[in-house]
Amino acid sequence: MFLRRILFRLLQAIPTLAGVAVLVFVLVRVVPGDPVAMMIPPGADDAVVLRLHALYGLDKPVWNQFTIWAGQALTGNFGVSITTRQNVTGLIFSRLPATLELVFLAATIAVAVGGALAVMGTRFSGRGGEVAVDAVTGFVLSVPDFLWGLGFIVLFGVLLPVLPISGRSDPTRALGLATDFTLTESFLRLRWGITADVLAHMAMPAVALALPLAAMIARVLKASLAEQMGQDYALLSRVKGFSRWHVILAEALRNAAIPTVSLTGVQLTFLVGGTVLIEKIFSYPGIGSLAIDAVINRDLPLIQGLILTFAAIFILINLALDLSYAALDPRLRHG
Amino acid sequence: MNLTRRGLVASGLTLAAANRLIPLRAARAEGDTVTIAYHVGLPAWDPTVGPSAVNPTIQSIYQSVFDQYIGQNPDLSFTGGLLEKWGWNDAGTGIWMDVRQGAVWHDGSPVTPDDVVWSLTRAGDPKGGNPIQFVWGNLSNFKVEGHRVTADAKQYDPALFKWMAFLTGYVLPKAYFEKVGPEGFEKKPIGSGPYMVDAFERNAFLRLKANPHYWGGEPAIETVVFKFVTDASARVAEIESGSSDVTLEIPYEEYDRLKKKSGLKGVTTPVSDIGMIFITNVDPVMLDANVRHAMVKSVDKKLLVDKLLRGYGVPIDTLEAPEYEAYDPSIKTPYDPKGAAKLMAASGYSKDKPAKFTIQTTRGFKPKDYEMIQAIVGMWRHVGIDASIEVYEIAKHFELRAAHKLAPAAFYNWGNAIGDPTTSTGFAMFSHSPHSAWHSDDVDALINPLWGERDEAKRIAGWKAVDRYVADHALVLPLLQYVQQIVHKAGLNVVPHISGALQPQRFTRA
Repeated sequence: MFLRRILFRLLQAIPTLAGVAVLVFVLVRVVPGDPVAMMIPPGADDAVVLRLHALYGLDKPVWNQFTIWAGQALTGNFGVSITTRQNVTGLIFSRLPATLELVFLAATIAVAVGGALAVMGTRFSGRGGEVAVDAVTGFVLSVPDFLWGLGFIVLFGVLLPVLPISGRSDPTRALGLATDFTLTESFLRLRWGITADVLAHMAMPAVALALPLAAMIARVLKASLAEQMGQDYALLSRVKGFSRWHVILAEALRNAAIPTVSLTGVQLTFLVGGTVLIEKIFSYPGIGSLAIDAVINRDLPLIQGLILTFAAIFILINLALDLSYAALDPRLRHG
Repeated sequence: MNLTRRGLVASGLTLAAANRLIPLRAARAEGDTVTIAYHVGLPAWDPTVGPSAVNPTIQSIYQSVFDQYIGQNPDLSFTGGLLEKWGWNDAGTGIWMDVRQGAVWHDGSPVTPDDVVWSLTRAGDPKGGNPIQFVWGNLSNFKVEGHRVTADAKQYDPALFKWMAFLTGYVLPKAYFEKVGPEGFEKKPIGSGPYMVDAFERNAFLRLKANPHYWGGEPAIETVVFKFVTDASARVAEIESGSSDVTLEIPYEEYDRLKKKSGLKGVTTPVSDIGMIFITNVDPVMLDANVRHAMVKSVDKKLLVDKLLRGYGVPIDTLEAPEYEAYDPSIKTPYDPKGAAKLMAASGYSKDKPAKFTIQTTRGFKPKDYEMIQAIVGMWRHVGIDASIEVYEIAKHFELRAAHKLAPAAFYNWGNAIGDPTTSTGFAMFSHSPHSAWHSDDVDALINPLWGERDEAKRIAGWKAVDRYVADHALVLPLLQYVQQIVHKAGLNVVPHISGALQPQRFTRA
């Protein structure tokens, strides 16, 4: 049943991705900006321009370009990037780990901080603690992630230069790792020096990404917890003599988690989108900064590949979200 | 697969054990290191094909790793590269080039005349993807005699050897390239330049090591790191925090602030990059010479430089900057708002009944570009010109320019690192060039004989005459020459290059 559901959701993703592919292919050709015009050198004449169009296959009708591209894409080949002359699939897979690790770290921070604030706010409901939590989350929500990023650069990069400002690792250090999952691999291989270095580089972008989500989680979870704490089972537990901490953490939290998980899932997709700006600010080499370069350079094959990747990530997040509902709520698991 | 806690721990321990068995390649880089917070990333390594090959902003990196056929000094004068001597034969039908002896590739193999022939042949192949193929395709029938290479030329090109110091004018290693192929070359590029590639992480950093066997002498700085920091505020933070030793392309205000800070220094130079406004003769209003002259006369370029660019610019009156070969200081288009208003009145325009057209500009592509156009539009308003600003991206500009569909006025910055008039006035004003905006037979008639002119003095005089004609008829509005600012740590000497290329091989310790 469980596997069938996964399979069904994956099959549903195919027409979605196909639709995205068609839409993106057409859109990137409709918006202004000819990639060949970007590389016309001084001294070129019309013949050179035509030759360059032919070289990149841009002289063919759009439908013809699409059939060629779609045929290759079905075999996993998304073409060659115009600017980097690298295979698009390879290029994206070499950069995806950096973004996935950043998103994972940011989401972990957001859940931990947001959850802790919600629990604190519930525990000290009606007192100064709740007011403080509400004030903090309100302030954090009112500042966009990129502004947090710039603020962190000034504070922790310049005034208190304790954290590196840009990149993913110290460029003077030879990493010698087998994969591009630098944080994960260095951690599993007990290369603590590299792990610490990578974490230091990820700290500011991850926290900048995490803060707005943490505040959102704190608000929704606190509201859910407040509702649960008013339920009969919670009151009964209190009457039985269990402490407020115990009721919140051991009984109410699990029930309150479902709407929070739903919100977190939706916000995770925004978190992935938010990496584009944050990666640019921190010169973090993930698919977000790759996307900006691709758009600036009108690198059509790369733009198409990246948008499909983002779409696939969103679909997978939604799938994981659905599965997590089932894990949290037995009623959904058993129909 | 069931992932249990015990299984996870076991996997971790296995990986940890494996880690002990795998020899660590990691080693902290040692020695003298200079880190540059660089404003653009490096998309691709082959400096002769694709869009990167004609991207002026990454030539600094290419010039660190690869040698050009002919080199260029910081003042734009030419010097030996992998060619020691060069020239045209007496008849102007072919060229000769003496290849430098003693130069070696980064893998230790010698640079040979075959490498030069192969590089030029590849560059001239129409299917090879070299954007400047139309220049290199002029050469054929290469012959090697000792260290001399000769070739036939389809036509005399006075700028041919200058192109050898310009975009795509790099010599690549024939044997290595054929062995590893284009993809292998992208993964592990080698050249014969002053620095060797040690590590490269796309969009993150490039680490270079000094080439101890460089024919021009080993560079003073052992390790150079280009950190790709594309956000200007992050570059400011990099240099201010001490994380980087050198940076460039930062806001003028930040440059003025940083250069006064203890431990930092600033160095500036005018560069071969000018700001200009194309005038396109597609709109009837631009066919009125009075309007064009009024557009030129009513712009106070000195004010723009002083107030908007904080003095980091040089007002210009032609498309030739003072360092270019065909620069003629006697050509002047003085600021004269009263004269401009009279010209507009003569054509029936006034503040109340202004001439209307659109001016296109980028916003943030060059420092203060949009603000500069706003100021110019304000100046024009006083003489009876009501221009509406349209902001577009640079990709759109290129597309419109190539299609001759730019608005009547369009802001652009034009680079010309070799300082030759063909690559400034020539391609900007010749109607058959996709880069020109003003298309007219009279200008073409002046330019046409100059493409193949063999008498250099006559050629330069001819281009000066074209510049005078263009200024006299107000066919373009040259604004200013940009000034590059570089901030660096006080313990470093940085020599700026008028081409704008930041060359770490010229760095020394103070």
